Amino acid sequence: MSEDIFQGYKGAALEILKKYNVRVWGQTIIDTTRGIFTGTVLPRAENDDDLHIVLKIETGYNIGIDVATITSMKETGYQKANYKIPEKEFPYSDDKPTVKLFGTGGTIASRLDYRTGAVIPAFSPGELYGAVPELADVCNIDTEKLFAVFSENMGPKQYITLAKAIGHEIENGIDGIMIGHGTDTLHHTAAALSFMVQDSPVPIILVGSQRSSDRPSSDAALNLIHASYAAAHGDIAETLVCMFGPTSDEYGFLHRGTRVRKMHSSYRSTFRSIGDTPVATVTKNGIIHIKKEYNHRRKDKNVKIFPYFSEKVTMIYYYPNMKPEIIDSLVDLGYKGIIIIGTGLGHVNKELYPALQRATDKGVQLFMTLQTIWGYVHMFVYETGRDMIALGVTPLANMLPEVAWVKLGWAMGQTDDPEEIKRIMLTPVNSEITEREPYNGYLVYQGGVPEIEGFVRKFHK
Amino acid sequence: MNKIEAKKNYSVTMKSIGYVDIKKATSDDYKRIGFKSGLEVHQQLKTKGKLFCRCPAGIYHDHDDYNAEVIRHMRPTLSELGEYDGTALMEFKTKKEIVYRINNENACTYEVDDTPPFPIDKEALGIALEISLLSKLNIVGEVHITRKQYLDGSIPTGFQRTAILGVEGEIELKNKKVRLIQLSIEEDSCREISDIGHTRVFKTDRLGMPLIETVTYPDMETPWELAEAAEYIRFLNRSTGKVRTGIGAGREDVNVSCEGGSRVEIKGVAHNSWIPKLSHNEAFRQYALLKIRTILKERLKNGSRWKSKTREITFTDIPLLFKPVKESLDNGYKVIAMNLPLLNGIMSHFTQPGHLFADELTNRLKVIACIEKPNMTHSEELDPSLSAKEWNMIAELFTASVNDAQMILWGPADDIPTAIETIEERIIMAFAGVPPETRKSFEDGTTIFERVLPGSDRMYPDTDSLPIPLDNKYINKLGENLPVLISARFAQLKKWGIPGDSFKYLLSKNMIPLIEELSAKNRFDLKFIGTFLAQTFKNIEGKKKAHKDFSYNIIRKLFTYIREEDLDPNIAGPMIKILYEHPKMRYESILTTLNFKRKSMDDLLAPLDFLYKKFLDIKLSNGKDVEVNWLMGQVRRQAIGNVDLALLSKQIEQKIITKK
Repeated sequence: MSEDIFQGYKGAALEILKKYNVRVWGQTIIDTTRGIFTGTVLPRAENDDDLHIVLKIETGYNIGIDVATITSMKETGYQKANYKIPEKEFPYSDDKPTVKLFGTGGTIASRLDYRTGAVIPAFSPGELYGAVPELADVCNIDTEKLFAVFSENMGPKQYITLAKAIGHEIENGIDGIMIGHGTDTLHHTAAALSFMVQDSPVPIILVGSQRSSDRPSSDAALNLIHASYAAAHGDIAETLVCMFGPTSDEYGFLHRGTRVRKMHSSYRSTFRSIGDTPVATVTKNGIIHIKKEYNHRRKDKNVKIFPYFSEKVTMIYYYPNMKPEIIDSLVDLGYKGIIIIGTGLGHVNKELYPALQRATDKGVQLFMTLQTIWGYVHMFVYETGRDMIALGVTPLANMLPEVAWVKLGWAMGQTDDPEEIKRIMLTPVNSEITEREPYNGYLVYQGGVPEIEGFVRKFHK
Repeated sequence: MNKIEAKKNYSVTMKSIGYVDIKKATSDDYKRIGFKSGLEVHQQLKTKGKLFCRCPAGIYHDHDDYNAEVIRHMRPTLSELGEYDGTALMEFKTKKEIVYRINNENACTYEVDDTPPFPIDKEALGIALEISLLSKLNIVGEVHITRKQYLDGSIPTGFQRTAILGVEGEIELKNKKVRLIQLSIEEDSCREISDIGHTRVFKTDRLGMPLIETVTYPDMETPWELAEAAEYIRFLNRSTGKVRTGIGAGREDVNVSCEGGSRVEIKGVAHNSWIPKLSHNEAFRQYALLKIRTILKERLKNGSRWKSKTREITFTDIPLLFKPVKESLDNGYKVIAMNLPLLNGIMSHFTQPGHLFADELTNRLKVIACIEKPNMTHSEELDPSLSAKEWNMIAELFTASVNDAQMILWGPADDIPTAIETIEERIIMAFAGVPPETRKSFEDGTTIFERVLPGSDRMYPDTDSLPIPLDNKYINKLGENLPVLISARFAQLKKWGIPGDSFKYLLSKNMIPLIEELSAKNRFDLKFIGTFLAQTFKNIEGKKKAHKDFSYNIIRKLFTYIREEDLDPNIAGPMIKILYEHPKMRYESILTTLNFKRKSMDDLLAPLDFLYKKFLDIKLSNGKDVEVNWLMGQVRRQAIGNVDLALLSKQIEQKIITKK
């Protein structure tokens, strides 16, 4: 128990707490060479130094005391704060559709414990209702916490668990699925579910937030409201990502799970459909369709689940003068499939060719995607491209690199047959390859141009 | 009640609480009501950049000069203890759409919360620590950035990043020491452009600029002490020469209560001269509210059981279509008549000069229910909109008792439930006394409701920032070059013999170091330089517009010239008058403009015999002073810059004596 008393403290700071018999959560008077300080000793974050003690003073602020300045300390009381999310009973109503919300961790379904940095999920229907009462106006919500991991720790194992759980819910007649997810790898999971869950009769909506829900201006609540609307009432029975359209609190986008990408480290409007438009926009009042063609909601409970994934696939981001040993080492490590993210129309330097040949000879599947993110791989335009096709590199048209990696893992989880793998990769499940790129699929405008500035001033970004 | 009775009631209740005008108030009045007050003094720091991003500070733009707008809604989040803050809930009830106007020159994605904070501006931290040391605060060992929740939209994140630098300090006023609770460094908020209905518009130019907040204990027991403390802190901040001046660069929040009242915070007082009257009126407002509580308690013991009656008025209520009712209905508003049991004589009860208890209601309707004023009328208006007969018809709708008051409120249908709730809430609060609030100040010394006072549960550690250690070496180095304490400055000025009415100007402009410098460098009298700056120069400043190139350096150079040319320093006055508008003009040209010619004392005294005769010819009255003054007048202009005038006057006096 002694560790519990000095939560997070180590080294010199721990020594001084022990010396004066002061605990974390102890109300304390500290005499220092800089004067007297009074407050409650707080836990210290693990990565912070061992030279300071954190104190919450009466006005609610936190300060740090340099242990080298401390001449004496005295604990005068003890009051441990108990962080608890209040629950309110979610008001279920029979006339509203029911949506299942799966929790995976991440900011949408969690709140931070400020003192320890630990994540405490705010997740039960009651907690959700307590935080976002408007949800009850949209639908009934059931929740299930599948895992509590940060976005970056989501992987094939979790994709499979999720796919199976979704299948189970659909067979039980749920009206829609929502998945709360951290945003960093939200689009990887979206792609994985697009392949693993096919012909769903109901919408499957992935949702996250760029600002944690403990902030008043968080996008979490509005994203949740939008996502629950799309899941409960939407007609688009596909795997979709629902996140902010503009950075303003105005509307959300429904992005196809295979065409969406996180494009900014911190903007709320970070998710964009690449090489295509979003499927629809969504507000709390309804959905406005952008794409005419999509899979419509059905009344049946039939769904196909393909819960496969091979971890022997990888992807490499090509850079000038990349050495063949990079490819060689991956092959030697036993990787069976490599997504290459090439330059321009899909190129790597000539120096790599022998290594690519060696990989093909050893039965490794090679595919080409693009660093440009937008556009198609065109390996016939230049000779180098044609050479690479001859070496066994298959161009993946306008499939996004991350999507290609997910799909290759999924394909190789099902078969070892090179031709079958190629066939699966080149046969779109849901728009991961599109036959045409509409003109408005690439709209990255540059600031500074008068008409663009005029547009930005008039419409909320 | 009819018209006359409401007016009468207002003055009777004003007398009953013993309200006195501040001009007639004595410290006994404040002792009687238990006046208690503290300050939160905000001061912008003069840095190149903002506090948590690399945008320039102090670049402002007009309301319409923006590149983009962003919309946000603020949502209450739970406190660390799992509670919602009172203000948070109120702000959520108001359902405001907040629009931020962004100009690329002075705001980036950090301001609109689309980029996490960058490390704190070191220049700002250094200045703030210097002021903390001057304020005799205990400096923390490590700075922890904290989030302080604000849901009014004034900060797009919904919280202000702020950090404590020191605790438990003191300042020394004339007659007492005032204790300081703490000093924090924080980012400044947005500037409001408009707040109409459910839309509030802000601009983000000021947002994120470094600001410090000095918080005192509620040690001030009269409005004058309060003003003195505010001035002292302002002078202290300015003595570093590293803070911003001008409109909005320094702002005060004034916390006031009376005995048995509550802490009420008067927000953003821009002028220290407003402080006495605002605090005076607030303390008496609280005293009045306590009186109202006593009256109400006599009528109903348990205030929480108080309930109003309401009835919608529509176009079908033809006899009730009084002017304001008809107008509101025509505007498409919903109109509600309310019976307020037991509130007879309360609605028109005095609260502040020109304000009734009913004003507490109308202002809450505006802020909480977002209904623009006028949003109600009531049966005890000083300037009634309905006749007594008409109010009787309203009263009859409810079969009201004589102890009741009636009101009519109107607004958009969606806002009406909140409006009714708001009225009831405020009246129930009247049974408890003084609601803790923040209030907006007006030049006439009155205040109106701004929002519910936030609780202490709105602080959260900022998980985006690392703690900043402050080692002894750094703090000691900052301590080496601190300016002289303000209390010591007061003593200095007295010692130098500078008139007391000049202190304020010299301290607020941080001119004392300049006096010391000019005096030491040029061996001119401290009193002379001080008086020159505080009177001659101040006078010019007040009358003329300075050239853009004018700075205190011009004054420095002028005095150097005067010393080097061995001129009498009194020439500085006429010369600075010209330099203020023409800082690049050559000194010789200025002297020519002034008709200055080099003359010795003997030169000046030479025509004295002739002049004395002339005086005897035209003299109107007798007396030595008259003679000397007249003669001085004749030679004064030529003397300025050549000789000391006092010396000249003495010489003239002696010459006359020898003549007689």
